[in-house]
Amino acid sequence: MDKKPILLGRTGDSLREAFGKELTSLSSSYENVVVLDADIAGGTGIHHFRKEFPDRFIQCGIAEQNMMAMAGGLAATGLIPVVTTFAVFMLRAIEQARLSVAYANMNVKIVASHPGLDVGPDGASAQCLEDLACYRSIPNMVVLSPCDPIEMAQATKAMLDYVGPVYMRTGRSDTKRILDETYQFQIGKGQILRDGSDLTIVACGVEVARALEAAESLEQDGISARVVNMSTIKPIDHDLLARCADETGAIVTAEDHSVLGGLGGAVAESLAQSVPAPIEFVGTKDVFGESGEPDELSDKYQISSRYIALAAKNVINRKKRN
Amino acid sequence: MNNNWLRRKALESIYHAKSGHPGGVLSCIDIIEYLFSFELNFDIKDLNKIDRDRFILSKGHSAPALYAVAAKAGIISSERLNGLRKINHELQAHTHRTATPWVEASTGSLGQGFSFAIGEAYGLNMQKVNNRVYVMIGDGEMQEGEIWEGAMFAAHYSLANLCAIVDYNKLQSDDANANIMGLEPLSEKWNAFGWNVIEIDGHNNLDIENGFNEAKICKSKPTVIIANTIKGKGVSYMENSPAWHGSLRLSEEELSSALTELGATKNDIEVAVNG
Repeated sequence: MDKKPILLGRTGDSLREAFGKELTSLSSSYENVVVLDADIAGGTGIHHFRKEFPDRFIQCGIAEQNMMAMAGGLAATGLIPVVTTFAVFMLRAIEQARLSVAYANMNVKIVASHPGLDVGPDGASAQCLEDLACYRSIPNMVVLSPCDPIEMAQATKAMLDYVGPVYMRTGRSDTKRILDETYQFQIGKGQILRDGSDLTIVACGVEVARALEAAESLEQDGISARVVNMSTIKPIDHDLLARCADETGAIVTAEDHSVLGGLGGAVAESLAQSVPAPIEFVGTKDVFGESGEPDELSDKYQISSRYIALAAKNVINRKKRN
Repeated sequence: MNNNWLRRKALESIYHAKSGHPGGVLSCIDIIEYLFSFELNFDIKDLNKIDRDRFILSKGHSAPALYAVAAKAGIISSERLNGLRKINHELQAHTHRTATPWVEASTGSLGQGFSFAIGEAYGLNMQKVNNRVYVMIGDGEMQEGEIWEGAMFAAHYSLANLCAIVDYNKLQSDDANANIMGLEPLSEKWNAFGWNVIEIDGHNNLDIENGFNEAKICKSKPTVIIANTIKGKGVSYMENSPAWHGSLRLSEEELSSALTELGATKNDIEVAVNG
């Protein structure tokens, strides 16, 4: 891709709203879709579905473990259950997701809102920084983290069309629109949003917008950064990663998640076995978050565009030493 | 009733597996046998049709009981039973849906099969299918919070097509329920959660039959059948002893003595031991 993507910059829907709206719109034709909620529909975007399809909306009460294992049973009757709650509560039900969904290989979709520091003022108890690592390690589980409302809408459809367990992250805050209508999401494929030759920034979710900002500022410093939107964390796009490592020689990963085991881990695992290159990880550093606005938190916990740019310079220095 | 053949085959499979949970297998096997013989509308040749009954063994460690019943019902060949817990074999230690296609759920983590069954009951109701969902839970399993999450859900949505059976043998892995984490008053608990509660003797066919019939009459609530059972039923040295919960290895002497009590001839025992 030669042309620089337009960082449209217009604040649009949050990812959770984009998900809720698209799922509702698709559900007229996807008649088997049912949605499970644990008394939090206003926060997950799924209130749109509840309004449109009250008979297919299953209120489970504040009982996530039962909700998750029940979804397996619903799928066994031919329905496509979409389990919704905050990402932290998906951790609460992860053993149910492991056994009754993934091990049994049921066609269940797990859609988690409120991931990362993007949660903001609700603080550390709700800021899930571990879900990508945990869900990624479960066999049979596909893991998605789209970056903007356009991609979220397409990923929602792709998730329903895919037969098998899927975990997908949405997001709480309003997001910048990054992609245009010609974009085509595909499970398992990353996409180069901006070309560059000195390094590649591989990002997912809300960090994609920050990665593009970082690339802009790096350009002013004479550094040419490629930016990849890696919206499928699992299965990771090995071919694209190997190509980027080969062509640019250095990698920065960026995620609103712990540096342990998430996107960074997936990228490192992949490249260690194909085209080893120096990698810097942008993410939270094995710590919990706190209350605050997402932008303030992203600076304090060093996942803002400034820190992505810094990581880019560090990784280029390591590349030179090599 | 004795169901001696079933008990022998289940113990034999545990002997050859060199590990397993005999006590709870022997306490629940009469009820599972009754379900497959008289209650379930279930055809192995037609697993994909939606209008069929379902049975979920939420106390997944009692899988050998289900497998023995399946062999008697002709769902699997009895020759397969001694492959229990062996590598590359479809009879997993705990029931597993993808390894054993006629098995409904993947179980082995207590509480989850119960929720899975509730999901099926809700899904069938929603699709206006009148079939029933049966789920067997253990007594120790009721210490899992998930059971009570599910109990609230099933009552809230009046899932009358759901019938849970508690294999109430009063013992769990380490000791009596009462010494680990007391469950009583159990009927009152389920009643307070909004369920239709029926108590039966889980080793008496007439009682089992009456229980399932009574459950079907109730159209407004889910039913729980609290089946009073004896852990290790049929083998005197195992009866009412938590030591035989497992997972444990049966010696040849232990197997022979158990099979003798269960009516096996010398020749039967020789065949059983040699697998």
